Parts: sequence; C-alpha cells; structure tokens
Amino acid sequence: MADPGGTPATDSPARIAAVADVARRLLPGDAVITDRTRLRTYECDGLAHYRVTPALVVIPQDAAQLAGLVRACAEQRVPFVARGSGTGLSGGALPHAEGVLIVTSQMRAIRDVRREDQRAVVEPGVINLDVTRAATPLGYYYAPDPSSQQICSIGGNVAENSGGAHCLKYGFTTNHVLGADFVTPDGDTVALGGAAPDSPGYDLLGAVVGSEGTLGIVTSTTVRLVRLPEEVRTILVGFGSTDQAGAATSAIIAAGIVPAAIEMMDALAIEAAEAAVHCNYPDGAGAVLVIELDGAAVEVEQEYAEVRRLCDDHGAFEQRLATDPAERALIWKGRKSAFAAVGRISPDYIVQDGVIPRTALPEVLTAIAELSGSSGVRVANVFHAGDGNLHPLVLFDDEVEGAGEAAERVSGAILDLCIEHGGSITGEHGVGMDKSKYMPRMYTDEDLDTMQLVRCAFDPQNISNPGKVFPTPRLCGEVPGRHKGAHPLQDAGLAEVF
Amino acid sequence: MATDTLAAAAREAIASACARVEDPQETDAVDGVPPGLVARPSDTEQVAEVMRACAAHGLTVVPRGRGTKLSWGTAPTSADVLLDLSALDRVLDHAAGDLIVATEAGALLADVQRTVAEGGQRLALDETVPGSTVGGVLGANTSGPRRTATGTARDLLIGITMVRADGVVAKAGGRVVKNVAGYDLGKLMIGSGGTLAVVTDATFRLHPLPAAHRWVVAPVGTPARALEVAQSVVHSQLVPAAIEVDWTGGAGSLSVLVEGRADSVAARAEVVRGLLGPDATESDSEPAGGATYPWDVSATGDDRSTALKLTCVLSGVGDVLAAADATGAVVRGSAGSGVLYAALPPGTPLDDVRTALDRLRRACTGHGGTAVVVDAPAAVKAAVDVWGPIPALDLMRRVKDQFDPDHRLSPGRFVGGI
Repeated sequence: MADPGGTPATDSPARIAAVADVARRLLPGDAVITDRTRLRTYECDGLAHYRVTPALVVIPQDAAQLAGLVRACAEQRVPFVARGSGTGLSGGALPHAEGVLIVTSQMRAIRDVRREDQRAVVEPGVINLDVTRAATPLGYYYAPDPSSQQICSIGGNVAENSGGAHCLKYGFTTNHVLGADFVTPDGDTVALGGAAPDSPGYDLLGAVVGSEGTLGIVTSTTVRLVRLPEEVRTILVGFGSTDQAGAATSAIIAAGIVPAAIEMMDALAIEAAEAAVHCNYPDGAGAVLVIELDGAAVEVEQEYAEVRRLCDDHGAFEQRLATDPAERALIWKGRKSAFAAVGRISPDYIVQDGVIPRTALPEVLTAIAELSGSSGVRVANVFHAGDGNLHPLVLFDDEVEGAGEAAERVSGAILDLCIEHGGSITGEHGVGMDKSKYMPRMYTDEDLDTMQLVRCAFDPQNISNPGKVFPTPRLCGEVPGRHKGAHPLQDAGLAEVF
Repeated sequence: MATDTLAAAAREAIASACARVEDPQETDAVDGVPPGLVARPSDTEQVAEVMRACAAHGLTVVPRGRGTKLSWGTAPTSADVLLDLSALDRVLDHAAGDLIVATEAGALLADVQRTVAEGGQRLALDETVPGSTVGGVLGANTSGPRRTATGTARDLLIGITMVRADGVVAKAGGRVVKNVAGYDLGKLMIGSGGTLAVVTDATFRLHPLPAAHRWVVAPVGTPARALEVAQSVVHSQLVPAAIEVDWTGGAGSLSVLVEGRADSVAARAEVVRGLLGPDATESDSEPAGGATYPWDVSATGDDRSTALKLTCVLSGVGDVLAAADATGAVVRGSAGSGVLYAALPPGTPLDDVRTALDRLRRACTGHGGTAVVVDAPAAVKAAVDVWGPIPALDLMRRVKDQFDPDHRLSPGRFVGGI
C-alpha cells in the first residue's frame, strides 16, 4: 500500500506498539483501542466511501493526555489523525493505516461562558449546538451553524473552518475563534491568540483554523459569542425557476441588504425534501429561496419590506413568512435535511461543495443542467445563494454498472466549472482526502509549495494528518532521523491508497 | 551588509530588475536606519525580480507603501534595499455584484474606498493613518472604530498575492468569500510587518454603504462609568457599528455609532441616547479625532509620542482606562472591542515611560490582553520591552525560518527580533 504521507515505516508495528504502551500508561484501559473489530468502527468519517482501519485509537480525556500521546507519536514518528464527531464530508478525519487516531469526543467541557466578555471557552469535543445552548440563557449564541450542528464538534469545526447557512452575514469559524490551546506535532502545548483581540506576533491561529488537522490539535478554544438578534424573520419564497430566484438574490444584495442567510433549492431538491420531511414548500416551484433577516427590529422591518418587494419584482409566486418558531423550524427543516433527503429519490448520491462568484450563478446553473442532460446523471441543487457556495447533489445508483463513475465525472466537472469562474473547490467541507487531487487545478505548484512552508514550520516530520489537503508532501529539509521511504513526490492517488 | 558598501554588482542587478532605482533621501530612513538604495518596481513581476536579485546578493529588504507607519515596531537591523511599492497603486477590479474588490498593495486605501463607494459599497477598514496604502494596512494590521461590527483585515481579506524572500510568486485564497481550500496564508501576512513576504495584491470582501448613520456621544466621569455604559450598549440588541471611548486628563466620553436604513437609525439612536444618559447628544459627524490614533502620526524621531496599543476582554476596559488615566496617557479606542490606544507625550522621562508601561501591561494582561509599544522615540524602544511576552514565539520563529531562512526581510522589525 502506498503511504499518502510519505512516511512509510517497515518497523511500523513496533512503533505503534510503543505508542500504545505510552497510551496505556496515560489513559484508562477502555480509552486505548487495539481490538480489530472496535478499530473498524472508526474506519471512516462522514465521507463513508473512504475507509481505512487505524492501527490504534486513543480517546484522551484531557489536554495533558492528548499532548502526551502526540509526543509519543512524534518520538516514534508515527502519523496521527485527530477526529471529533467524525461528521466531516471530505475524509479529513480518515484514519491512517499505520497511524494513531486521536478521538477528542471525550474532551467535552464547556469551561466558561462569559456574557460580559462575549466569550466562551470550550474543549474540542463540545458539540457545536451545545455552545449556543449554554449561551442562550444569557442572550447570546455561537454563530457558525453547519447543518450538522447537532452532532459536529467544535474541534472539527476549527479544523475545517466550518461555515453554515448564516456565514453570509456572520462569517465562518475562523471569524469566531479568538484563542486556542494548541498541541504542536512535537507534543508541545502553546497558546495561540487569546481572549482579547489582536495578539501580537504572527496570526498562527489564523493558519491553524481550517488547516484540517495538518498542523496540530486544538485542546481548548476561546470563541466569540454573538448577541441574539432582537428580531428574526424567515421567509420562504417560491419562484418559477432558479434564474428568477438568482435574479432576486442579486437584487437583494444590490439593494445593500445583507441577510443572515439566503438559501436556494431547485425543483429536484424540493421534491426530495418534501418526500423526506414534508416541509410543505410551495407547489410547483422551480426554485425556492429561504431568506432570513435578523438584527434590530426596526432595521429588519424595513429590510423585510424591501425584500418582499424585490422578490415580487422578480417573479415570486408565493411568499410565506414564518410567524412562529415552529413555522421557522419547518422552513429550515426542508433546507437542512436536503442532503439526507435525496436518499428518498436516489439510492446513492455525491454531495459536492464548490464556490463561484455569486454573479456567475445563472451561467453555472445552466452549465450544470447541460452536464446533467448530456450525461444522463441527475443533479439536485441546494446552495447558499448569498455567497455562491453550491452543494450540487449528484444522484446515481451504484447497482448500475458505470453509474458511480459517471456521477464522479459530473461531480468533478462541476468543480472545474467553479474553478473556471474564479471560484473554489470547497467552500466549507474541506479538501481532506477527497479533493487533494483538485488542488493543483486551483493553485500553482508555487502556491502549494508556499502553503507547505507553514506545514514544514509546524510539522517537519509530516506526521500530523499526513496525506490530506496537499496532493504531494513537501520535503522540509533535513529532519534528524527522518525516514527515507517512498519518493516524496509520488502522487498519492486514491486508487493507490485503497 | 553595510549600506555604504552595497556592491556595484548588487546595484546593477537590482537596476536591471526594476526600472526605477534611486539613491535614498533622508526621509527614506526606516526608523533611523538609512537604506542602501530605493527600488520602485511597478508590478508583481518586477517585485519578484528585485527579490531574486536581493536573494542572489544576500541583501536585506524592507518593503514600504507610503511610509506612514515605517517607524512602527522595532528598527530593522539592516535595510540594504527599501522596496517602495507606491507604484503598484492600481485598484484592479471592483465586482460590485459579488461584493469584492481586488487591488494592488500600493493603492491608497482612500482610492479603494472612492472606487467601491461608486457602487454603494465600502471596504470596512477605517483609515486610521491618513495616506495609508492597502499593503500598509495589512502589514501593520491597523483597525478603527468600525471593527466592533465588521471586524478587522483578517475578517475581510479573501485573497492575496505575495512575493517570497526567494522571489517566488505565490497566491492564496481567491475571489470568493467562502473558500476553505488550502491554508489561509493571508491571515499569516496580516500584521507580520513585512517580515514573511511582500504582499503585492489583495482581494477583499465588501459591505454595503449604509444609507444613514448617527453618532451618539456622552461624557463619562469615571472609567467605571465608561465600562458600565459601554456594557449596556454591548448587550443591547441595537447592533451598534462602533462603541468608542476617549479619555484625557481624568475625564472622557463615550461615542456610539449606529448605521443602517434612515428610519431605523433614528429610532435606534434614540434608544442609545437613553442608555448614554441625559447629557448625550446626537450628530451626523464623527466625534473629533474620528478613526485616528490619539498621537501625532506625522511626528518623527524624538518628537514622537510613546504610542501604545492596549487590548483586553470587554469587561477589562474600565480597569485599563483607569490604569491609563493614572499614567496621564491620552486614550482613544474601541470599548466595544477591547482595543484601546494610548499616548504618552514626547519628552516623557524614560523612567516614567517604564513605570507607565509596566502598569498598563499589568492591567491588560490581567484582563486577557496585551500592551504593545506601537511607536516611540528610539531611546524609549531601547529602554523597554516593546512587544511584551509572546507565548508562541518559538513557533513564530519556525514560520519565519521557513519563509525567510536568511532573515533578509525586514530583519529585527518584529516580535522576538524576527
């Protein structure tokens, strides 16, 4: 088996055993997993078609244990992969066959919630929504809200720089993380950032957030809490076509309104959501927009009137304002369940995640429709229309010979469209294992080489989640005791890995 | 390399890399350190060629925009080549429908603002030092009152082109706001003081220009009262765009900016007045001082104030203000963000500066923050710890060593002598 990280070790079992010995000294017995059957329960994250059984799983209870485990890995030059709730959609927490999976789900204390400072201090295993639940009694919440917020962890959010429906207005995880206790791939613990803004020195935290576990592991995070808005209005708007819905979106942005969210679903995505959760979206809609406005009540009132008018101007045939929390929840249920819902209309599907400049939306949707038409592969479109983050759901039946490959081709072609239009190959799901092969289409060798300077500064042994994000590792100069194994420029193609 | 011995071969190499090479004037000194020569490239490729020439000849390089903050930080240990980026002054692309702007690093922030304002938008970065370039704002990570609502450069920068010390040109990010492909190198460059790479262009997300705005200002008699009022606004649901405090000679004022649609602004300003008390007044114009720092940014040499950046958690604003008051400093800053700026006047005796800095540093660190000397006369910089403790300094050195292994980019200007 080719090693994705360029650190193959023929004496790997002995090294893993040495790490396991350290783990047994540091952790209670049931937090060190070596049994093959139990190891296999960790073989994938939310992107379940990639599976690798890790050599060892450890479940630290606190930061000191975690640092000790990483130090042991560093001493033995054993790769490690951090995993939170395992909900990631790019294989970022895919285990390493000759490495250690460090599961942070038991580090789940909310250590502090300080209204007066608008801050909370949380451990990496804390569930995203639980931060909001802890802050709500004080009139605050944690803004980043990925669709999986009921189960995904803050540690995973930090690794992936998770977004969510509301990042159009409120930004991503990186905009809400102020400080962190961080374990470097050497096993050293350092403080990055702080509770106050603008820590002097390089913004290392800015590099760590979104680095997909390749620079080290966060053991505690100081996050910003946001005041609950005085008023929230959620509107469901039905249009005849995605073109109309897109034009309405453009008009809203052009009017100087920044809604908390503007989400779009096309007819196929609506059909799936209806089948799954009976969200009662407008009959016969070619597209719906879910628009949420929030803020000071007087401001929202005025924005709402304008949004209604702009939607009418662009062909809306139905506008439905949620009048109570239950109605709001139902509107969002249709949107947030969309990924899983396509399971009702297709046995298999690929969730794609790409970004385009918002103004390219009509052109790109047309091109996706053409791709779909010419290949016979159905594509349901769900996306964050406000910021151009597309989540095409590419439908197929794995029982049909060649269908999976055809779907992969359409899915890849959609990413090419994103790149052609000056966008990105991922807006929030991350590069992980799944998209490292696309990185050279978006960035030059020089760009990727420069990014890896950071990697070499943090992780010269290339043991922190190796093989993710970058298609080829960079030589970091002479590292004492470094393995000389497979050629470092080998292409870590997925076919070789599995 | 001593500047007066800048080899003829090195000069020639730089002259052939870049059309404009000049002998330095007195005003080109970098915090008292005269450069060997001034190179003025006109595009990214010329910057890259200059950097390659400097790499080949082992020359140190200090990048400069318009030089409005060139004396900030610590003085460089060497400045063979002053890399003047003022000719990279084009605003490249304002895509109004996508709410983004791409600009060269040497463009004036004011020019960027003028361009995007034509489309009813703004780059939500205050011009804290008049005449600043985009690159200078990024390198020094300056921010002003509006950071309370829209954040700082790290929240707005979405793409960047940089030239490395070895002359390699690299990009990170792109033209879309939402993008998690690869490392966010832009954030590393922000506030790095030109020590990691030379930024040649940058792309930002924009915000709509608000239709209306209103300042509500009220006197506050004590630091404790300033904190109390600031907290009442912070915890309101009025979505203030800024909450500023000014403090001098034992008394101060609190200013709250409300932005939005006209009727809404009027209504919210009225509520803010209620929070600020009976002496509150309303105005369309920014309070005196505006987004600028409480010191004379044009002063040079020993005429400079000792300029400090003080940070703390929001609940620490009262204590930090009180500490600053005890030192006699003039203070202005964002009570809504926990970032205050303080100035000790030129000529303050060194012992008094040391005592004041100790006191302020204790107050700030006691509330989760830091106290940094932004700028000061040379004697002050030599006598005090300009940066204060830097927790992850070793990791920062490793990043520096990767990007600039020979330490030729702005050497000595940054934390820990980086």
